[in-house]
Amino acid sequence: MLQSWVIVLASFFYLGILFAIAWYADRRADTGRSLIANPVVYSLSLGVYCTTWTFYGSVGRAAASGIGFLPIYLGPTLLFALAGFILHKMIRVAKANRITSIADFVASRYGKSQLLGGLVTVIAVVGVIPYIALQLKAVSNSFAILASYPDIIMPAKAGAVPIFQDSALYVAMILAAFTILFGTRHLDATERHEGMVAAIAVESMVKLAAFLAVGIFVVWGMHDGAGDIFAQAAAVPEVARRLTTADSPAAYGTWGTLIFLSLFASLLLPRQFQIAVVENVDESHLRRAVWMFPLYLFLINLFVLPVALAGMLHFPGAGVDADTFVLTLPMAHQQEGLALFVYIGGLSAATGMVIVETIALSTMVCNDLVMPALLRLPMLGLATRADLSGLLLEIRRWAIAVILGLGYLYFRVAGEAYALVSIGLISFAAVAQFAPVVIGGLFWKGGTRDGALAGLAGGFVLWAYTLLLPSFAKSGWLPDGFIAHGLFGIEFLRPQHLFGLTGLDEITHCLVWSLLVNLGAYIGVSLQRVPNLREARQATLFVGGAEAAGIPGWRGSAGVTDLLPLAGRFLGLERAHEAFARHARQRGLRGIEELPPDTRLVNFAETLLAGAIGSASARAMVASVVTEEPLGIDEVMNILDEASQVRAYTRELEQKSLELTRATAELREANARLQQLDRMKDDFISTVTHELRTPLTSIRAFSEMLQEDPKIDLAQRARFLGIIVSEAVRLSRLINQILDLAKLESGRAEWTVTAVDVAEVIREAAESLTVLFAEKHVALDLDACEDGLIVLADRDRLMQVMVNLLSNALKFVPADSGRVRVGLAALCVPEIPLRGQVTPQEVRVSVTDNGPGIQAEDQDVIFDKFRQGAGTADVLTDKPQGTGLGLPISRQIIEYFNGRLWVESTPGAGACFVFALPRQAGDNDASKSTGGVP
Amino acid sequence: MIRSRLTAQRLAFLFLLGCFFFNYPLLSVFNRGGDFFGMPPLYAWLMGSWLALIAQMAWVVESRGD
Repeated sequence: MLQSWVIVLASFFYLGILFAIAWYADRRADTGRSLIANPVVYSLSLGVYCTTWTFYGSVGRAAASGIGFLPIYLGPTLLFALAGFILHKMIRVAKANRITSIADFVASRYGKSQLLGGLVTVIAVVGVIPYIALQLKAVSNSFAILASYPDIIMPAKAGAVPIFQDSALYVAMILAAFTILFGTRHLDATERHEGMVAAIAVESMVKLAAFLAVGIFVVWGMHDGAGDIFAQAAAVPEVARRLTTADSPAAYGTWGTLIFLSLFASLLLPRQFQIAVVENVDESHLRRAVWMFPLYLFLINLFVLPVALAGMLHFPGAGVDADTFVLTLPMAHQQEGLALFVYIGGLSAATGMVIVETIALSTMVCNDLVMPALLRLPMLGLATRADLSGLLLEIRRWAIAVILGLGYLYFRVAGEAYALVSIGLISFAAVAQFAPVVIGGLFWKGGTRDGALAGLAGGFVLWAYTLLLPSFAKSGWLPDGFIAHGLFGIEFLRPQHLFGLTGLDEITHCLVWSLLVNLGAYIGVSLQRVPNLREARQATLFVGGAEAAGIPGWRGSAGVTDLLPLAGRFLGLERAHEAFARHARQRGLRGIEELPPDTRLVNFAETLLAGAIGSASARAMVASVVTEEPLGIDEVMNILDEASQVRAYTRELEQKSLELTRATAELREANARLQQLDRMKDDFISTVTHELRTPLTSIRAFSEMLQEDPKIDLAQRARFLGIIVSEAVRLSRLINQILDLAKLESGRAEWTVTAVDVAEVIREAAESLTVLFAEKHVALDLDACEDGLIVLADRDRLMQVMVNLLSNALKFVPADSGRVRVGLAALCVPEIPLRGQVTPQEVRVSVTDNGPGIQAEDQDVIFDKFRQGAGTADVLTDKPQGTGLGLPISRQIIEYFNGRLWVESTPGAGACFVFALPRQAGDNDASKSTGGVP
Repeated sequence: MIRSRLTAQRLAFLFLLGCFFFNYPLLSVFNRGGDFFGMPPLYAWLMGSWLALIAQMAWVVESRGD
C-alpha cells in the first residue's frame, strides 16, 4: 500500500490542506475576524520550535545518551518562566516600533544602523542554514525509508546519489515553492502572516498527535506499558546504560550548557522571534503561553525515552539508524497507517520550521541586506522609481529560493557527518551570539552601535572557526588537518581546543570562547564612548519600554504630498492610501488631504514603511523627504535618562554650593577688612587725640602757671612763653599734617603737575634748611646733584618730600659729627643689582645719613602713620621727635607720581632714604600743567 | 499580559527553582540505577519535576489575585 506515489500524494494532499487553512485564515483576517487571535493558537504556533530534530532526532539522541535530549526542552521552559521580564518586554518594544525581525530589532535598538542589521542577517542566514539542511535530510530520509516498505532499508549516503536522483533536492524545491506561495503572496505593512500562523498551529497539533500515537503504540501496543520497557532495558547491559547519564563534571557541564543554549535559541532563532514576537496578536496571549508551550514540549517528549529504548531492544546492532526509530518501529510491526501518519507528522515538523524560518530570513535579507544595498546604487535609479512593492516581493522570493538552495548545499556537503541533533546545535550556537546585544539592549542603555558590531562580529568569527569550519572538515569538504594540528600547524589554534582549552565538548567549547569574546567586545567597545543622540533615543525606547514611546522621533515635517507617494512606492499606492486614510480617521479628520504636515504624520509614515522595508531603510527613505530640524532642548532633556538628569541636577547643585562658598569667603574677607579698617580708624583717632593732647597739655600747664603766679621772674616767664609758642607751632604743624594726610588719602588734594628739575628742588630744600644744619653743625653734601634730570611732578609737593627727608636725617644724626649726603642719578643700566627694581627711565634721589640706622623690622613700620622707629624718642624726655606723619605723607606724594619711596639701612651704620620717579625725557619746557587729578 | 510585578517575580522565582531542579548537583542524586515505580529515577525525577514546574507556572499566571 505504501508505494511512492501514495506517499507523494499524501504529502501533497496534506500540504494542500495546510494551504487551504492559511488561505481561509488570511480571508478571515482581511474581514477583521482573526482566526489566530486567541492564546491557544499562539501557544500552539510556538510549537514551531519542535522541528524534525525533535520529531526524529530526540529519539536518536536518547539512544546515544539516554536522557541527554531533554535540556533542549528544559531551556525554553525556563525562558517562559522569565517571560514577564524578557518576552513581555520584547513584544511591547517590537509592537511600539513595528519591528519585523530580529535583525530589525537589533538594528533599531542601536540607532537604526543598516550595517548592524546586515550583520545580524548574515549571521542568522549562515547560522540557520545547517538547521534547514537538517530538515531536508530528515524529510528525504523518512520518505526513502517509508517508500522501501515493507523492507527496512537505511537510505544511501547523500553524496553517493547523483544530484537529480536525490530526493532531498526535490524536497527543497517543493518546500521553496510552498513557502513562496505562503509567505510572499502580498506585502503586508506589518509583516504579519495570519494564514501562516494558523497553518503552523495546525501543524503543531499534527506532529504532536503523530508522536503521541507512536508513543502509545510502542508503550502499550508493542509492550506492556512503560514499566515493561524499562524492565527489559535494564536486563540488556548495552541498553541499560541509557537509563542513567554520564556521571562526570564534563557531562553535567554539557547538560547545563545545553539548557542555557536552548533557552536563548527559543527566543533568538529567527523563526522563534517571528512567531513569539512579530506574529503576536495580543500581548495578553503570553499569559496562557507561559504554561501551555512548556506543556506542549513536555507532551512531545513524554515518550522519547521509551521509544528509544524499545528501538534499541528491537533493532540490536547498528543496522537501523536510531534517528528513524519513530518511523521504523511501526513499519516493523506492519502498522502502515501509523507509519504514514508519522511520516506526515515529520513532514509537518519540517515544513513548519522551513516556512517560518525562511520567511523570517527572507524578510531580513530583503529589508536589511538587499534593499539598503540597492537603494545605495544610484545607477539602478531605485530611489526614484515609482512602485517598488513588486520588487520587494521579488527579492523575498529569490531570497527564499537561495536560502533553501544553500540548505541543500550544506546537506550535500556536511549533512552525513552528523546526527540530526548535532547539526541543530551548530545553529543554536550561532543564534546564541545575538543574546548579548538583544538582552543587553533591553536592559542596558549604555550599549552602542560600535559595541554591538564588535560583539556580534567577534562572536560570529569564533563560532565559525570553532564549530562551522570543523563541520565542513569532518565531512571531508575541507582538509581536516587543521582540526588536528591547528591553523597553519599552530597547536594553539586547533579549532576545537582553542588556546589549549580541552576537556569540553565542542558546543560548550565554542560557546565559552565565542560568548566570552562577544560579551567582552560588546561591553568593552560600548564603554569607549557615550551613546550618541540617536542611540540614546532608541535606548530609551527599548529599555524604558512602551512608556517612553511618546518621544517624537522626527523633528522635521513633511506633507502628505511627499509621504504618500513614498509609502506608495513600497506598499503599493492603494494600500498606502488606505493606511493614510485610516490614520486620518484615527485623528478625527475627514480625509487624508486634511492631515497636517507635522511630526506625528512623519512618524506614522516611518512606522508604516518600517513594516515593509525595515526600520533602518525606512529611516533613510523618510529622511530623503523630511528636512529634519535639530533636536530642541526639550527633546534632549526628554532623552536624557533619569540618572543623567539626576546627575545634571547634582552638578548644578554642586556648582551653586561652590558659588555660595566662594561668595561666603568673599563676604567674610570683606567683613574682616571692614573690621580691620574700623580698628584702624579707632587706632588712628586715639593716636591723633593722644598726639594732640601732649602739646595741649604742656601749653595749658605753662599758661596756668603764668596765670596763677604773677610773680614769676621775667627770664622764667620768657622761657615758659617760648615753650608755649613752640608747642603751639608743633600743634598747628600736627593739625596741618593730619589735614594734609586726610586730603591725600581721600584724593581731594590739589596738584599742579609740571616738569620739574630735581636738582633745583634739592638745592632749594637744602637752602631752606641751611640754618638748622648749621645750628647742629651737621654737614650737608649736595655734590652729586647735577642739573637736567626732569620729572613730572608738583613742585611744592616734591619740595615737601625733600624737606621732610632732610629734616628727618638732621633729626637723627649726631650733632657736630653728623653728615648728610644727597645723591641724584638717572639709572640707565638695568643690570645694576639694586633692590627696588629701578628702571633706566627713573630718576633716583637718595638721602644718606650717618645716624643710628633703622632696625630691619622697623623699615616698613616707619611708613605707617604715627609710627616711629625705635630709638627715635628723646632719651631724656621720652617725647617723640616728630609727628610720625612725615614719612607716610611723603610716600603718598611719591606714589601719586608713580614713584616709589623706600629705605635701606644697616643698624649702626646710618640710613639711606631713596625715592625714584619716572624720568621725563626731553627738555625743560615740557611744562604742561594738569590741574586736579590726572 | 503579565500585569503585575508580583506575578513576574513569582515566575522568576520558579525560574531559579527550575535551574536548581534541572542541574547538577541535584541531578547527580537521581543519576543512578534502580527504579522508582518502574521508572529509572533520573527519568522520573526530571519528568516529574518538569511537570510540577509547569503546573506551578500555570497556577501563578492563571490565578487572578495578586
